Amino acid sequence: MADGVALALALVVLAATLGVAVARPPYLSEAVAASIGAVLLVIVGAVGLSEVGDALSDLGPTVGFLAAMLLIADGCRRDGLFDAMGALMARGAKGSPTRLLAFVFVIAAAVTAVLSLDANVVLLTPVVFATAARMRTSAKPHVYACAHLANSASLLLPVSNLTNLLAFQASKLSFTRFAELMALPTIAAVGVEFVVFRRFFAVDLKRPRHAATRPARPELPRFPLAVLALTLVGFALSSVVGIEPVWFAAAGAAAMTIPALARRRATPLALARGAEPGFLIFVLGLGVIVQAASGNGLDTAVRDVLPSGSSLPDLLAVAALSAIFANLVNNLPATLMLVPVAAAAGTGPVLATLIGVNVGPNLTYVGSLATLLWRRILRAEDTDVELGEFLRLGALTVPASLVAATVLLWLALKV
Amino acid sequence: MRALVWIIEDTWEDTVDEAAAFLPTDAEVTLLHVASTEPETLARAARRGLLGRQRPPDLEQPLRVISEQAAHDLLADAATRLGRPARLDARRGRVKHEVVAAAEGMDFLVLARDGDRERLGPRSLGPAARFVVDHAPCGVLLIWPDVAPALTTIPPPPPPGTPPPESPPRG
Repeated sequence: MADGVALALALVVLAATLGVAVARPPYLSEAVAASIGAVLLVIVGAVGLSEVGDALSDLGPTVGFLAAMLLIADGCRRDGLFDAMGALMARGAKGSPTRLLAFVFVIAAAVTAVLSLDANVVLLTPVVFATAARMRTSAKPHVYACAHLANSASLLLPVSNLTNLLAFQASKLSFTRFAELMALPTIAAVGVEFVVFRRFFAVDLKRPRHAATRPARPELPRFPLAVLALTLVGFALSSVVGIEPVWFAAAGAAAMTIPALARRRATPLALARGAEPGFLIFVLGLGVIVQAASGNGLDTAVRDVLPSGSSLPDLLAVAALSAIFANLVNNLPATLMLVPVAAAAGTGPVLATLIGVNVGPNLTYVGSLATLLWRRILRAEDTDVELGEFLRLGALTVPASLVAATVLLWLALKV
Repeated sequence: MRALVWIIEDTWEDTVDEAAAFLPTDAEVTLLHVASTEPETLARAARRGLLGRQRPPDLEQPLRVISEQAAHDLLADAATRLGRPARLDARRGRVKHEVVAAAEGMDFLVLARDGDRERLGPRSLGPAARFVVDHAPCGVLLIWPDVAPALTTIPPPPPPGTPPPESPPRG
């Protein structure tokens, strides 16, 4: 098959798969759509079986790592860690929405960094919503904060975001080196968000003083916190002891799930669901589809566009291009396309790519192609989301966060 | 006299107190709360940004249930604080439109300023209250939560010949 035709076909399949993933029609899951797309591309010869094997064996450990982290987060939920955090925020806020926002920032950033953005969006956000409702204050600034930090705080660790796991695998950095280099950029991105949020929601965060009853100090569940702490220690020591971090994640997942199974607090089926098999298949299928596009000329095109140097202007350009790309097609496919090229160029470009694909989505969340679909959904739901306000908050935070994080990455690389 | 008292989370106590003080004792009072669906939609939008994830529905504590329970509790507390019989009206959706719709057939609407409460001026009305004040099909009693700021918070008039300032961007 001619490269041009194969590339066009792969891009059409990619667009269709993303369309299914966003629109979520009841008769077709995204995992099935991605699998059909991948098989179709193999059958027509757009991608060879050996390339498929390479793509799958590259992605396999990453997907396993992801599954282990999802199981750990799910175990934390089962043991009540997120509810305890809600109680902690309510107590710390002392009835002040401004203080609540500060607590939400700290906890949402920590949950995102350690347990991944999925845990923030799926497990923590409902708790924050309920906490604001119980405090009788507008939930809007706090829910916005969770959504933004799910992206901005997901720079810190390889486990914070699937995009990081993909780049971590490709970059050959150690876990601690990755965290060292991304610590300052994370602080910068979160700091920019906090400053902008305080101003943007200044009116929503002020309210007349009334005596508020202070909730009791919550009991933090010790077991999941201990498992998390030990897993993180394992990650930190992984390069010293010469064991891949994925094995510490697996051990953490086992520690969270086996006791629950033994005490019949969770069924095997519920645990299997907690690892989101459909999502893992979707990632693998998407990997093959992107491989078909990359192998037929997309990688050359990316190489032509993406700067390969590690100077500050190069890194800023990489971050900006990655952010734009993530907003065009969603950050997962963007990462699959950009990371192999960026990783070949070195540590600076690959981490700058991550800054772009992780922070960038705060402009549109789902990618602008998908936003078209999303707007239709919004209209159907008869909601009062002000799209202008949503976009203005993105426009105020994203460019500033991108620049601040990239400059600090550049400094961290110099040291 | 039929009076509608629109309460929001942050200022409900002051609104109810003022309504109790100002409305005649024979007024038929309706306490209204409108739950905005905005935070729920935002939370859902962020989830949609996570492509490919599917959670079984039983894991998801539906935000709508939380929101409806909170609104129910708030209205009940407001009724107790008001200290006289009142009809309770819990709605959800586009807040400002729902309030205007609920005000139909009323003689009076009581509401609180929902903007900048530090100084007198147009910014003391947020987008929702501004819309409601502009479109209310009845009389309006607009209260200051806490105490109204001092007159000195009004900036001095511009020197003659200065073009008029633009309207504030966030209403």
